[in-house]
Amino acid sequence: MTARSCAVVREETAAGRVLATDTVDAAVARAREVGAGRDGLNVFVWRDDDDAKSQASSIADRLADTKPGALLGVPVAIKDNIATLTMPTTCGSKILEGYVSPYESTVVKRLRAAGAIPFGKTNMDEFAMGSSTEHSAYGPTKNPIAPDRVPGGSSGGSAVAVASGIVSIALGSETGGSVRQPAAFCGIVGVKPTYGRVSRFGLVAFASSLDQVGVFGATVDDAARGLGAIAGHDPMDSTSANIAVPDYHAGANADLKDLVVGLPKEYFPASLDPEIRRLCDAAVDRLRGLGATVKEVSLPHTDLAIPVYYIVAPAEASSNLARFDGVRYGFRLEGEGLRGMYEATRSKGFGPEVTRRILLGTYVLSAGYYDAYYRKAQQVRTLIADDFRRVFESGVHVLFTPTAPSTAFQIGAISDPYEMYLSDIFTATANLAGVPAMSLPIGRIGGLPVGGQFLASHFDEARMFTAAYALERALGAEAHA
Amino acid sequence: MTATAAAPATTLDRWEMVVGLEVHVQLKTRTKIFCGCSSDFGAAPNANTCPVCLALPGALPVLNERAVGLATRAALALNCAVQPVSIFARKNYFYPDLPKGYQISQFDKPLALDGWIEIGTRAVGAPIRIGITRVHMEEDAGKSIHDRFSGATAIDLNRSGVPLIEIVSEPDIRSAEQAGAYLRVLKQILEYVDVSDVNMEEGSLRVDANVSARRRGETKLGTKTEVKNMNSFSGVERALEVEFARHVGVLEAGGTIEQQTMLWDGSAVRPARSKEGSHDYRYFPEPDLPPLILALDWIEQVRKDLPELPAARRARFATDYKLGEYDVEVLTANPRLADYYESVARAHGEPKAAANWVMGEVMATLKTSGEDIGRFRVRPADLASLLNLVRDGIVSHTAGKQIFGHMVATGDPPAQIAEREGLVQVDDDAQLSAWLDEVLAENPVEAERYGNGEKRLQGVLIGAVMKKSKGRADPRKLNQLLTARFAS
Amino acid sequence: MAVTIDDVRHIAALARLGLPEQRAAAIVNELNTILAHMDELAKVDTAGVQEAIGVGAEGLPVRKDLGPPFPLARSLDAFAPSMRDGFFLVPRLSTHESTEES
Repeated sequence: MTARSCAVVREETAAGRVLATDTVDAAVARAREVGAGRDGLNVFVWRDDDDAKSQASSIADRLADTKPGALLGVPVAIKDNIATLTMPTTCGSKILEGYVSPYESTVVKRLRAAGAIPFGKTNMDEFAMGSSTEHSAYGPTKNPIAPDRVPGGSSGGSAVAVASGIVSIALGSETGGSVRQPAAFCGIVGVKPTYGRVSRFGLVAFASSLDQVGVFGATVDDAARGLGAIAGHDPMDSTSANIAVPDYHAGANADLKDLVVGLPKEYFPASLDPEIRRLCDAAVDRLRGLGATVKEVSLPHTDLAIPVYYIVAPAEASSNLARFDGVRYGFRLEGEGLRGMYEATRSKGFGPEVTRRILLGTYVLSAGYYDAYYRKAQQVRTLIADDFRRVFESGVHVLFTPTAPSTAFQIGAISDPYEMYLSDIFTATANLAGVPAMSLPIGRIGGLPVGGQFLASHFDEARMFTAAYALERALGAEAHA
Repeated sequence: MTATAAAPATTLDRWEMVVGLEVHVQLKTRTKIFCGCSSDFGAAPNANTCPVCLALPGALPVLNERAVGLATRAALALNCAVQPVSIFARKNYFYPDLPKGYQISQFDKPLALDGWIEIGTRAVGAPIRIGITRVHMEEDAGKSIHDRFSGATAIDLNRSGVPLIEIVSEPDIRSAEQAGAYLRVLKQILEYVDVSDVNMEEGSLRVDANVSARRRGETKLGTKTEVKNMNSFSGVERALEVEFARHVGVLEAGGTIEQQTMLWDGSAVRPARSKEGSHDYRYFPEPDLPPLILALDWIEQVRKDLPELPAARRARFATDYKLGEYDVEVLTANPRLADYYESVARAHGEPKAAANWVMGEVMATLKTSGEDIGRFRVRPADLASLLNLVRDGIVSHTAGKQIFGHMVATGDPPAQIAEREGLVQVDDDAQLSAWLDEVLAENPVEAERYGNGEKRLQGVLIGAVMKKSKGRADPRKLNQLLTARFAS
Repeated sequence: MAVTIDDVRHIAALARLGLPEQRAAAIVNELNTILAHMDELAKVDTAGVQEAIGVGAEGLPVRKDLGPPFPLARSLDAFAPSMRDGFFLVPRLSTHESTEES
C-alpha cells in the first residue's frame, strides 16, 4: 500500500479539504503499522514527529497564498546525508552521531518553500558507500516486501519509507546507483537527475563529481513533482547548472509516437538473469505498443564502468572525508597527542566499508599510482561519456535497460566487497557520464520487484519522464505482479 | 644539529649558492576566496566563519571574482603569461587549521607561467633577471596558536579561506643579497599594482626559500633544503647565508645533503622535527570547481588597466622631472609617496624644489610620526601652495619651514597660516628703508665700516634688520636697498 | 601492482586511520582483490583522451567580493567537541613549529 499521491495531497490541502497535520498523523500511524522502528524495518535514523506536526500546522497559514506550494502539505522523508536544521545529519555514521547541522541544505530549503514537510531522516549505508543499507552504524534497513532481504542502497531507508507507504516522496542521493537500485529492489520509482541539475549544497559529499540528490516516488508523478520542487541553479554550488527547469509532469499523458528508444546491447549480456530479461522484453513491447521506435545500440565501454567508478569514487571520497577529524564537529576520541586523536577518532568513527574505500582512494591518488589509476580512470570515464553522447547524437532519445542484475538479495548474503560493487553494473555508467536516469517497477520475480531503467541525454529529464509515465500507465498493475 | 654562521668569503670562490623563493601573498579582497566571510584582520577568534570555511559537511566553494582579478593583475605585473584555462586542485594533508583536510590550490595548470622581474644590486651592478616559474591562486589556512593554553593548541579559522597567490621563482638567485633585492622589487611591484598590503610583519607576505650549493662551474643543481619561518627580508638574507654555509660544510667534508625542511629561529637554522615519509599531497583536480576560463580580451583589459609599474615610473620621473637616480629611488619607493610627490611637483611647477621638500620636510615628519604618506595631513595642493609662496618671495624659506610645521599640526592652508602667524614677508621699500635707517642709526660703527668697504659686515646689518622685523623682511630686497644706500 | 602490508600501513598513516595490525593484513588481501579488477583499465587505449573534468563548457561561475557570509543557525560551541575563548582546541602539537604538515 502506498501513501496518497503528492498531487492529490497538495490539491486537497490547498483546497482546505485535508489538514496537513492529519497527513502527518497518517504517516506516523503508517510507520507504526509497518514497524518502521529500529527493531523492525529500521527506516529512520531520526524522527521528530512533533516538529513535523508543528510545521504541518503552520501550513494552514499558507493556504491564503496566491500560488500554493507545489508540494503543499506533503511529508517527504530525507536521506540522512542531507543537511537539515532541526534533525541530526549522521550519514549513517558514528562519526556524525548527534551532529545537528547549523545550516540547511538547499534541497530541503526548497522543499519547505514548496510547502513540503520534512519527515524524518532515513537510514543509509555509511557515507553513501554501499548497495544494500547493511553498512550503517545504526543497523541494517529491511526490505518491506521481504524483510529478510536488503532494500538496496545506499538510500535504502528512503526507498523503504516510500515502498512501505509512509510517504509518497523521499529524497535520496546517487553516486553510483544509490537511488535507482533501491527503487528497483523495493518496487518504486527512483530518479537520478543530470549532474548539476540539483544543488549539492548541504549534501554531504561522497564523490563530488558523481553525487546528486535523487528522488524516490511511489509513482512516476510523485518523483516528477519531487524533482521539480528541488531542481534548479544554486549560486552556492559551483557545479550547479544555470538551465531552466521544465515542467516534468507536462508529458504525463503523452504517447510515444516520436520517441526513439535505444537498447544498449551491453546491458543485456548473455549472463543476464533470464527472468529479468523477460520482464524487460515485456516492457519494451509495451513501449512499441505505445508507438515508440526501438533499436539496438552499443555503449562499448560499459564493462569498464565498475573499475572506473571504484577508482574515481573512493579517490574523491578519501579527500571528502578528511574533514571528519574530531576538531570542529562530530565524534572525537582522544589519543596520544593530535595524531593519536585523529587516528582514534577516525578508526572508531568510520565503519569497515568506509575505511576500505578511504584506503583504496588514498592509494590510487598516492605518489606513483596517480597516473596509472586515477588519471587513467578519468580518461576512460571520458570514453564512457562519449559512448552516450554518440548514441544520443544519432537520433536516439532515451535508452532502456534493466536497473539491477538481480532482485533484492538476502541480508548478509554478499560479503565480498567486489561482488557487492557489481550491483552497480547497470547504474554507475549514468553517474560517470552525468546523464539523467530513472528506475520504475516493471514486474516481480518470485514476489521480488524488478526495475527497468530509462536514461536520457543531459538535462532531458522531461523526455525521460514522458517515457516513464507512458510505460507506467501501460503496465498498470502488472508492474507489481 | 644547528648552524649559525655564514661562510667565509673564500668559500664563494669554490661554491655557488643557488636559491629559489616561494612567496605567498594575501590578496586584499573584502571577502574570502570561496565564501562571503570577511577577510579582515583582527576579529574575535572564529568570528569570520561560515559552513564553507569551517568545512561543515555539505559545504561547497564558490570563487571570488575580485580574487581572480587581483591575481591576474599581479601575474601580468610580473610579466607572466596568464593562462586562459587554469584548474583548481586539492592538496591533501591533515592539520588542525586546515579544516577540509585539503587546501584548494592549483597544481598542474596554474593561473600564470613564465614571468620575470629585474633586480639590481650594488654589488652586481647591471640589472639581472630572476625568472618566475608560476603564479597560482590558493586559499590560506587558519592559525594554530600553541602557547595560549597549556597542553592544547588553539585553532582560529578566521584566516582560513583568505585568498593567496603563490609566486614561485626559478632557482636563478645566486646570493643572499640578490634574494633580498628580489623580495624588495617583488614587494614594490605588488604594492604598485595594489593587490596586497605585502607586509611581512603582518603576515600578508610570507617567504619560503629553497637553497642548495654547488661547486662553481657545475651546472647540475645540488640537493636542496627548504628554509621556513623567516620574519623579515633581512632575516631571509641571513638565513640563506647560514644554510648555504651549512651545505658547504657538509659537502666539503664529503657528506651529502639530506632533503629536509629547516626552520630559522632568528639566528640559526635547525631541522624541523622529522616526519615519516615526505609530503604526498595526492593532488587531483578539484571536482567542486570547474576549470577557470579567462577570455583573452578580459586578460588584455586587465593588462591595459595595470597601474604604472615602478620601473616605468622611475624612468618617467627621471625624464619628466629631471631628477637624479637617488631622488628617483627615494620618491618612488612606494606608490603613495610617488603619487604625493607628483601632485606637488605638477601643482608647483618646479620638480626639484618639490623633491627637496618632499624628501626633506615631509619624509622627516613621517619618519617621526611613523605614519604613512597615505594618511598625511598636509595635502599635496597645500604643499604646492607653500612652495609657491616661498618661490614668489611672499614668505622666506625659513618662514616656510615654520609654516609647514603648522600645516602638519593643523592641516590649515599655508596662506592662512602665514597671515595668522605674521610670517608674510615684507618687501615694501618704505618699510624696509625705515627699518634699515633704524639699524644704521643703532649701529653707527658697523655702518661706517661697511660704507668704507668692509662688505662682510653686510650679514651683520641684514641680520639686525631681520631681527628687528621678526624675520619678515625680504632679504633680497634688503640687500638691494643696502647696496643702493651705500652706492655712490 | 600488488599492495603490500607496508603500503597499507603507509596509506593508513596518510589517511590518519589508526589501523590495527590484524585489520591491516586483511585489508592487503581486500585491496589486492579489488585492484586486480582495475587492471582491465590498463589495457584501454587512452592516448589523447582528456580526463573528465568540469561540467559543461561554461567554466567556473564566480561571485562578487561581498558578504554577508552564509549564516549559521547555531553558534560554534553548539557542535564543537572542544572550545575555549572562541578557539577550537586540539591536543598540543608535538612540535610547535607551524610547518608540521603530514
